[in-house]
Amino acid sequence: MKCFEIEKLNLHYGDFHALKNICMNIEKENITSFIGPSGCGKSSLLKTLNRMNDIAEGCRISGDVKLFGEDVYGDMDVNMLRKRVGMVFQKPNPFPMSVYDNIAFGPRTHGIKSKYELDKIVEKALQDAAIWNELKDRLKKSALGLSGGQQQRLCIARAMAVSPEILLMDEPTSALDPISTGKIEELLLHLKEAYSIIIVTHNMQQAARISDKTAFFLFGQVIEYSETESMFTMPRDKRTEDYITGRFG
Amino acid sequence: MKLKNKFYERIMAMLCWSAALSSVLALLFIVGFILVKGLPHIKPSLFSAAYSSDNVSLMPALVSTIIMTFMSILLAVPLGMFAAIYLVEYAGRGTLRANKSVMLIRITAETLSGIPSIVYGLFGLLFFVSFLDWKFSMLAGAFTLAIMILPLIMRSSEEALLAVPDMYREGAFGLGAGKLRTVFRIVLPSAMPGILAGIILATGRIVGETAALVYTAGTVAQIPKNPMQSARTLSVHMYALSGEGLHVNEGYATAVVLLVMVIILNIASAKSAKKLAGGA
Ligand SMILES: Nc1ncnc2c1ncn2[C@@H]1O[C@H](COP(=O)(O)OP(=O)(O)O)[C@@H](O)[C@H]1O
Ligand SMILES: [Mg+2]
Repeated sequence: MKCFEIEKLNLHYGDFHALKNICMNIEKENITSFIGPSGCGKSSLLKTLNRMNDIAEGCRISGDVKLFGEDVYGDMDVNMLRKRVGMVFQKPNPFPMSVYDNIAFGPRTHGIKSKYELDKIVEKALQDAAIWNELKDRLKKSALGLSGGQQQRLCIARAMAVSPEILLMDEPTSALDPISTGKIEELLLHLKEAYSIIIVTHNMQQAARISDKTAFFLFGQVIEYSETESMFTMPRDKRTEDYITGRFG
Repeated sequence: MKLKNKFYERIMAMLCWSAALSSVLALLFIVGFILVKGLPHIKPSLFSAAYSSDNVSLMPALVSTIIMTFMSILLAVPLGMFAAIYLVEYAGRGTLRANKSVMLIRITAETLSGIPSIVYGLFGLLFFVSFLDWKFSMLAGAFTLAIMILPLIMRSSEEALLAVPDMYREGAFGLGAGKLRTVFRIVLPSAMPGILAGIILATGRIVGETAALVYTAGTVAQIPKNPMQSARTLSVHMYALSGEGLHVNEGYATAVVLLVMVIILNIASAKSAKKLAGGA
């Protein structure tokens, strides 16, 4: 079952052609990773999926992106789309408010007001992000006082609190230490039972460790897209091989 | 060579140190001078409810100052804050043409903030007092002051909003929050300490203003019963006392009260800004 179907997608920033004729289907309840040297368009494609590119200046998009068969760039309400397709950013970005209010912001946005219900959602989201035990006694404290790793897991919990179907993650561990990174990878492997996860990563070992499918990007094109295992053992394209063996990028 | 460098270094350090010292001394001297001249003349009668030519009570002026401050702030803050929100959150993001109109508004605001307050006073006199026929009144004064502090409020709010990192906005959009909710629930609260600092600065200007008020709110020493009555603030009161030359000592006493008021205001603002920033 596919969650995203991307068809002949082209993206321009002004005159710059950042994504060239991308065609790919993304599987449900799977971890898909995007790898490639920086500037090759991984983040751009990710942001196309929940229309975060709408705010970027001079950004033009053509082609088709379908979410479970529905046209993302059609009549779909952008805010609803972003509720269904959550996003975790490269730098942890908790809001400058309490842990509780951070998690509750999303559900409140989508109309949940009852304290009882919010309490339940906050607890569940923190538990799902494997951070409930660490934070249950400091729900009322500012989220800015947490460590970087905790902040990032809080952001994952915040994204899950609106019960999305898909999680987009843009290099979620690049700002973190190895221990926090390990915790988040473990978490992702657990989360993929219920969510479809698309993760951009700089770290090829990470892609190899956690993802089911991997796409290799170069200069705005998808060079190779296949099962992670086969890509890392038998890359079909010479450029993929060069990249994963560290010969360029 | 090395010795010479060291010598210059010490001279420079000395110069900087003495510059810092003299600015502190100047401030201490002014405060000390006012206290010495004013404190002995603070008497209970200065705080009696009514002003008369024998007993130049500062109470009416004190009350008027507070009312005038509230009125002007109430007029200017919503306007300035929403203008800043428009500039930063709506117009600033988008096409080049929008950016040009933002530039124009900014230049206008900048120019307005450079105009001497007496000019605002004359404008208030011509427009509010005469043309709208509000006479010398608190209302005319408050409107004039509101226009005067508007650029300050706008500029500081704008800066505070610009200082809010984009990643907060992205975070909110990413959860499916619309523009309005993002601006009012995430961006504005984060910018509040900065906006508040601007409001405090503006309050300082209101409390210290005379020129713009003499021509608009007038100089009647009374507690105004409605906004259409004339009244004098503490600064105007001081100006009047020292101008008449009969109650110079009471003028100094008034200065002490004004000083205390400004200090309290500053402490309160520092406290509340800290609280807002910490609790946020
Ligand atoms: N908002 C933008 N405006 C203009 N150019 C951009 C913008 N965002 C990204 N780019 C350019 O598009 C290319 C792809 O960027 P990005 O998708 O962020 O790459 P990656 O995430 O793979 O490092 C880069 O060359 C980058 O400079
Ligand atoms: Mg990127």
